[in-house]
Amino acid sequence: MHPGLGQILFISTALFFIGVYGFLTRRNLVTMLMSIELILNSVNLNFIAFNKYLWANRLDGLFFTIFIIAIAAAEAAVAIAIIINLYRSHGSIDVENAEELKY
Amino acid sequence: MPNTFYILLIPLLPFAAFVMLGLFGRKFFKNTSGVIATVLLLTSFVLAVTTAYGYFFEYGKLDGVYQKLVPVQYHWLEFSKTLSIDMGVILDPISAMMLVVVTLVSLMVHLYSLGYMKGEERFPTYYAYLGLFTFSMLGLVLSSNIFQMYIFWELVGVSSFLLIGYYYEKPSAVAACKKAFIVTRFADLGFLIGILVLSYYSGTLDFKSMIATLTSPGSSELKTAITASFLGMSALSWGLILVFIGGAGKSAMFPLHIWLPDAMEGPTPVSALIHAATMVVAGVFLVARLFPIFAISDPQSLKIVSFVGAFSALFAAVIACTQTDIKRVLAYSTMSQIGYMMFALGVSQYGGENGVGYTASMFHLFTHAMFKALLFLGAGSVIHFVHSNEIKDMGSLRKYLPVTHLTFLIACLAIAGVPPFAGFFSKEEILLAASQHSPAVYYVALLTSGLTAFYMFRLYFSIFWNKEAHLHGDHAHHGEGGFTMMTPLVILAIGAAAAGFIPFGHFVSSDGKPLESEFHLAFSIAPVLLGLAGIGIATWLYMKPNNKPDNIAASLKGLYNAAYHKFYIDEIYLFVTKKIIFNLIGKPAAWFDKNIVNGLINAAGNGTTLLSEKIKGLQSGKVQQYGLYFLASVIGLALLFIYLWK
Repeated sequence: MHPGLGQILFISTALFFIGVYGFLTRRNLVTMLMSIELILNSVNLNFIAFNKYLWANRLDGLFFTIFIIAIAAAEAAVAIAIIINLYRSHGSIDVENAEELKY
Repeated sequence: MPNTFYILLIPLLPFAAFVMLGLFGRKFFKNTSGVIATVLLLTSFVLAVTTAYGYFFEYGKLDGVYQKLVPVQYHWLEFSKTLSIDMGVILDPISAMMLVVVTLVSLMVHLYSLGYMKGEERFPTYYAYLGLFTFSMLGLVLSSNIFQMYIFWELVGVSSFLLIGYYYEKPSAVAACKKAFIVTRFADLGFLIGILVLSYYSGTLDFKSMIATLTSPGSSELKTAITASFLGMSALSWGLILVFIGGAGKSAMFPLHIWLPDAMEGPTPVSALIHAATMVVAGVFLVARLFPIFAISDPQSLKIVSFVGAFSALFAAVIACTQTDIKRVLAYSTMSQIGYMMFALGVSQYGGENGVGYTASMFHLFTHAMFKALLFLGAGSVIHFVHSNEIKDMGSLRKYLPVTHLTFLIACLAIAGVPPFAGFFSKEEILLAASQHSPAVYYVALLTSGLTAFYMFRLYFSIFWNKEAHLHGDHAHHGEGGFTMMTPLVILAIGAAAAGFIPFGHFVSSDGKPLESEFHLAFSIAPVLLGLAGIGIATWLYMKPNNKPDNIAASLKGLYNAAYHKFYIDEIYLFVTKKIIFNLIGKPAAWFDKNIVNGLINAAGNGTTLLSEKIKGLQSGKVQQYGLYFLASVIGLALLFIYLWK
């Protein structure tokens, strides 16, 4: 069966909430980063799907997707650098160990 | 017309001294500052004499009448076409005369201070302040605009404040300088309002045009100023009286005189310059400057001037008889003599023979500057020698201080009005004017002149005769003070002896036309005899140590005590300010400020603190909590948009 817009949107929504759930529950920073990637990818799926089904003759959605992938790569690099630094200073990458920035 | 450049230099040279010594004095001119300031002032003095000579003998007269010349006029602040504050120089007989008086006395004081203030820690600062004062005073007498005069008026107030408080380690000096500043400031408020009233009605701030407008009988401005009335007096009277209040504050007229005796806390040469010869006559000068308006348009307010002046003259003379601090005696005597000048203006009329009071007042101002500066400088020498201001520490000093003794005696004779010294001529002329126009004032003046002779010779005999002084320590080592302290005494003594022979009426008169002053031999018998009687009584009481003065003081107990305590004026002031004003106005105002104003501000601050204390837990440092808040808010907003926006 050829998947329709509904199915794709369902997958992207599922991905989004899996990502949110992961971000809010995991303590490991790398896992949290991965969750964020999931959220980004769900957005990418949305762009692709709507591009195909609403304006099949245009490429705006695709460009956005590519753009987001590029940004995500940069963001991952920065995030990992932060995580490494955190590991060096705190000896762990558990998010609950990095709570000094508060009132 | 005169060369304007050097007229401007007269005030600007002392100002240059002020700037230079004020900024760099303590670093670079530690020892030379006095000489620098004196040389600059000498130049200024020479220029002033040149200017005055030029004015009186070369270009001042037009058809036999001295004109008001305005050689420099600089447009400064313009409010409307006619109303503007200009900076200018006015040259007329009184400003030319004052130029000479101010620079001469200032020069003498500069010279004298070289010796008197030697070794002071803040020597350059002292000369800087003297420069500032001289600049401001010269600016005041040259002002062509009433507002410009007001600016310089405040500047002399400031420099007087600085110099009274020169010994700022002494609490009494600090209190005295504050008192002087506050009292004169308070009076200046009257001056300022007076300026506003006068300028509102005349439409100008310029002296020349203001006088022209407010004295020409037909002008519409004068009519409105006379017809507009407030609390039963015309606007013109209000303006003039308020201006006079300003003058009375500076000139220490009753009841604003309380600052002057305390001002003696300053160094003695300063007292000679500011609180005897120049600044305190600024009030007289102000009234003289506006004299045509007073005399022609509003003789009523001139009456007030004469009564205030006459009362102050007598009042101060009585107090002076009982004081024991020599500088305070001189201070009260200054107040009394300024009272003379004031009522001389008050009894005068405009023009011709009737204007003799005006001439007499300016003449007395001129001679008084000489002999009073001399008295103060002489007192300075005495204080320098015995290190005390109190009469009880002095006596028989004629043996140690021959030059001071002789010059002091000349000054005393001059102020007592003994012919042929300077004070005689000017005082005779004042008394003549008073007797012609106001007998009541005349008798008060006569009594005062007797008292003046008495207290001056009381002072003279107590210092130079009477008992042997208890001189402690080695006094022979510094003796009379050197050349620098003696020269001014001698120069001023010559002035005090000879200044009376100047035919003053030829130069200064109310309308600018030369006035031939007549000399009535029969008229001067009474005052001279009274003066001699005063001297005689003083000789009898104070020449030899005895207990007659104490006995008299005991028999006149009530009066003596009242006069000794300056008629409790200070206490009345303290009562009014502390008990009435502070308690009734100050305290409620303080309460309002503390509780209401402060309370509101504090409530705002405390409220913010409390609130933030409550909600600070939101910032927990837990990243995932932030994420949750974010998510919840986004969902909330989304729901809001979907269901409530529509």
